[in-house]
Amino acid sequence: MTTETPIPDTAPAAPGEVVLDARGVTMRFGGLTAVRNVDFTVRSGEIVGLIGPNGAGKTTFFNCLTGLYIPTEGEVRYKGQVLPPKSFKVTAAGIARTFQNIRLFANMTVLENVLVGRHTRTKEGLWSALLRGPGFHRAEAASRARAMELLEFVGLEKKAEHLARNLPYGEQRKLEIARALASEPGLLLLDEPTAGMNPQETRTTEELVFAIRDKGIAVLVIEHDMRFIFNLCDRVAVLVQGEKLVEGDSATVQGDERVIAAYLGEPFENAPGDEEVAEVEAAEAAAEPEADNTSDAVPGKENDR
Amino acid sequence: MTTETTASETPETPETASAPAPAASGLIGLPAPLGRALATGGGILAVVSAFMSWTWTSAFPGDLTVYGYPGGLQVLVLIGGILTTLFGLASYGVRGLGALTPGSADSALKMAALGTFGTAWYTVIAISDELGGVVNLDPGGFVVAIATLAAVIGALALPFERPEPDPVDPDDTGWELFKHNSRQNWTNFRAAFATKAPAPAPTLPSWAEILVIIAAMAVGLFVFSYGIGTAYDELFIGFLIMAGFGFASLSKAGIVARVSAITAKHRNITMIGAFVAAAAFPFTQSNDQYATIGVYILIFATVALGLNIVVGLAGLLDLGYVAFLGVGAYTAALVSGSPSSPLHVQWPFWASALLGAVVAMIFGVVIGAPTLRLRGDYLAIVTLGFGEIFRITVLNLDGTSGPDVTNGSNGISSIPNLNILGFDFGAQHQILGSTIGRFANYLLLMLIITLIVVIVFRRSSDSRIGRAWVAIREDETAALAMGINGFRVKLIAFALGACLAGLSGSVQAHVTYTVTPEQYQFAYVVPPNSAFLLAAVVLGGMGTISGPLVGASLLYLIPAKLQFLGDYQLFAFGVTLILLMRFRPEGLIPNRRRQLEFHEEAEAPAVLTKAGA
Ligand SMILES: Nc1ncnc2c1ncn2[C@@H]1O[C@H](COP(=O)(O)OP(=O)(O)OP(=O)(O)O)[C@@H](O)[C@H]1O
Ligand SMILES: [Mg+2]
Repeated sequence: MTTETPIPDTAPAAPGEVVLDARGVTMRFGGLTAVRNVDFTVRSGEIVGLIGPNGAGKTTFFNCLTGLYIPTEGEVRYKGQVLPPKSFKVTAAGIARTFQNIRLFANMTVLENVLVGRHTRTKEGLWSALLRGPGFHRAEAASRARAMELLEFVGLEKKAEHLARNLPYGEQRKLEIARALASEPGLLLLDEPTAGMNPQETRTTEELVFAIRDKGIAVLVIEHDMRFIFNLCDRVAVLVQGEKLVEGDSATVQGDERVIAAYLGEPFENAPGDEEVAEVEAAEAAAEPEADNTSDAVPGKENDR
Repeated sequence: MTTETTASETPETPETASAPAPAASGLIGLPAPLGRALATGGGILAVVSAFMSWTWTSAFPGDLTVYGYPGGLQVLVLIGGILTTLFGLASYGVRGLGALTPGSADSALKMAALGTFGTAWYTVIAISDELGGVVNLDPGGFVVAIATLAAVIGALALPFERPEPDPVDPDDTGWELFKHNSRQNWTNFRAAFATKAPAPAPTLPSWAEILVIIAAMAVGLFVFSYGIGTAYDELFIGFLIMAGFGFASLSKAGIVARVSAITAKHRNITMIGAFVAAAAFPFTQSNDQYATIGVYILIFATVALGLNIVVGLAGLLDLGYVAFLGVGAYTAALVSGSPSSPLHVQWPFWASALLGAVVAMIFGVVIGAPTLRLRGDYLAIVTLGFGEIFRITVLNLDGTSGPDVTNGSNGISSIPNLNILGFDFGAQHQILGSTIGRFANYLLLMLIITLIVVIVFRRSSDSRIGRAWVAIREDETAALAMGINGFRVKLIAFALGACLAGLSGSVQAHVTYTVTPEQYQFAYVVPPNSAFLLAAVVLGGMGTISGPLVGASLLYLIPAKLQFLGDYQLFAFGVTLILLMRFRPEGLIPNRRRQLEFHEEAEAPAVLTKAGA
């Protein structure tokens, strides 16, 4: 019951079934509370956005979801099961992710990277590798075929034999997505998937995310590019200083004053009047068309995983 | 003159394309045609001079006094001269020799000329030095000196494409300027030996490719036996110079790349060929003395290859690896029927080898389980500690400080020779008309163990588990996030490495007659010890099969042959490692990934289609 079946348990079942359910997740680093009491759900068939200013705790929250950090408080359930505290077990359970600062296996080829992603969905151990029975060859061929399929899906099939390190930035991000998809997840977490991409690449990534959703995989995406987020997401949550400030559809979030205030800094004692807010909004709206690819040039921080 | 081009690079493309001549000059300012003639002529003259007498007395080893019959170092110069001549002619575009130099004939010529020059001048200087003055040279000595000097000057005068210089920062201080200039000179110097990626090879019929492989194996066997058989220091140094530059010139010529492409295509045939060649080695030797060196090299190389799984593939820096060799050796010694073993049993070889491997593997798991949770440097320190703990424990199990198991510092001695199916490894045998002595017997047995390790390495690296090892090495956090159980996978690598070392140890015990704790230290003058094993892996090339084999051969042969190094052996070893890490960090034989890394320009895609998805 291994490799062949593409994406086993993620057939777009009853839409609305809860895939991810985080309750009261809190993460403290010493005195710093990076994530504070966040409740969060993702349903199947959804694309959910997670936005917030730099240092809001978005990546930390992702790390709590994927077992890289063990939340100080709260629990995370995936399809009703409490997640194990080890990141490889989380992946095996069905949550895959990409990283904010790309973490490919730089000296492996593109194809090998995706094959590593298939690790949890294959079983061949050392003995089978040493003895090389027919089962080994069959499984290996199936893995390769599946990996090539995924590379085609993200548009990298021509580069299968290149070293990952030699790919341009945008393609490295796509390869990370392909590698994550190789573990046949039910939920895909993308941490700033368009950072460093040009507008055209951002658009193809947008289509890619829609295509992933159409395969029945729920997607949770962190992004600073607002246009990308509001185009893409069915629902958006805003994280500010570790707390979930607002959650709702694009229009709700876009119109929320607190979100704007959070992005522009804390309001002064006498909070800006309606006029000023409107002014700022107008300026933003005017600036956005040409500025949409400058906002994504936020450099990844070293402590991000 | 090239500096201007950086300033104005816009409209002059046709001009620069038509007249690249000023940019391309040699390291030495001679006209190119003269240089080429000098180099080729020098090569021919060097060949001729190898047949002359170089010195009047046979006091210098190798007897260089005979006309018409080259001896000792003259043979090396002869080979260098032939290479120089061939590459010289090829650089003239002589028909039929083009196939010899798919890479760059000029760079190959430079390397060959340098090698010949180095060997010849080393000989001439050694003669003058040892015999007390230049008067001891015969005309041949002068001829060879002048011929090789001319060849080298001519070769260095050959033009090459200088890289575009970096502009100088006007604010630089004198020291910065000096650094800048020396960096510039160094890039220029390297460019003088640059070679272009060889054109795609014409497809040969497979029988021809197999012939090429056989020829390459024969050359390899010949060079190796020659190196082992060198009878005196001077010849070995000459051999090192000539072999180093000869190999460099072949790789500049693109031949090495061609041959390795062919061997990569026929991996099984290459492997069989290599083992036949290695098995043929004892038959080429008249004396068991060189088989002794051969078997020790093979033990060292096999253990290094096992270590390469742990270090090269899984990236676990293990500084106590030799302890597993020790565990295997002691286990086999205990059940070998040796009178100093407390167990008075004599197991057949297959059983003791299996036991050695299994016991070493158990030790691997026991040591690995607590330590493999550590990363990087911590793991290195802890394994270093465990390696020493093994040695000290064995030292203390002597009946006074502890129970009597290993006989303490005396070790287990008089380990009887193996006897497999009636074949007595201690006795001489007549096989195919040659006498195969004790060490040659063990060499052949050890070769089977090496074959097993090679197969294990190859199969495991090219599989799900091997990819998981490399992924862990590349980025452990990402590998965990891809669902790899890092601890488990690392433990498998560690245990497998230990098991293979134990297997080698079970043969080593019989080869050396005696096992003592000193053999299994971290650093020791005689090779298989943890420091040298690691050095062999790094020197040869991490993650490759042939790398540790080559690295181990060099690391064993050089100290064994250069007796005069004496106390400076470890010092020379350290300097060599530093130089190597500075100039060739990927090792002598870089693996496929690293090679891809080096040919990134050649591989880089021209156009990127953005229309993915
Ligand atoms: N391992 C850690 N130890 C201590 N503090 C940490 C650690 N990881 C993150 N932090 C802190 O937690 C806070 C949230 O960081 P996080 O990386 O989650 O922000 P983010 O929302 O992803 O920001 P960005 O948009 O810049 O990626 C920051 O103040 C950061 O310094
Ligand atoms: Mg982040």
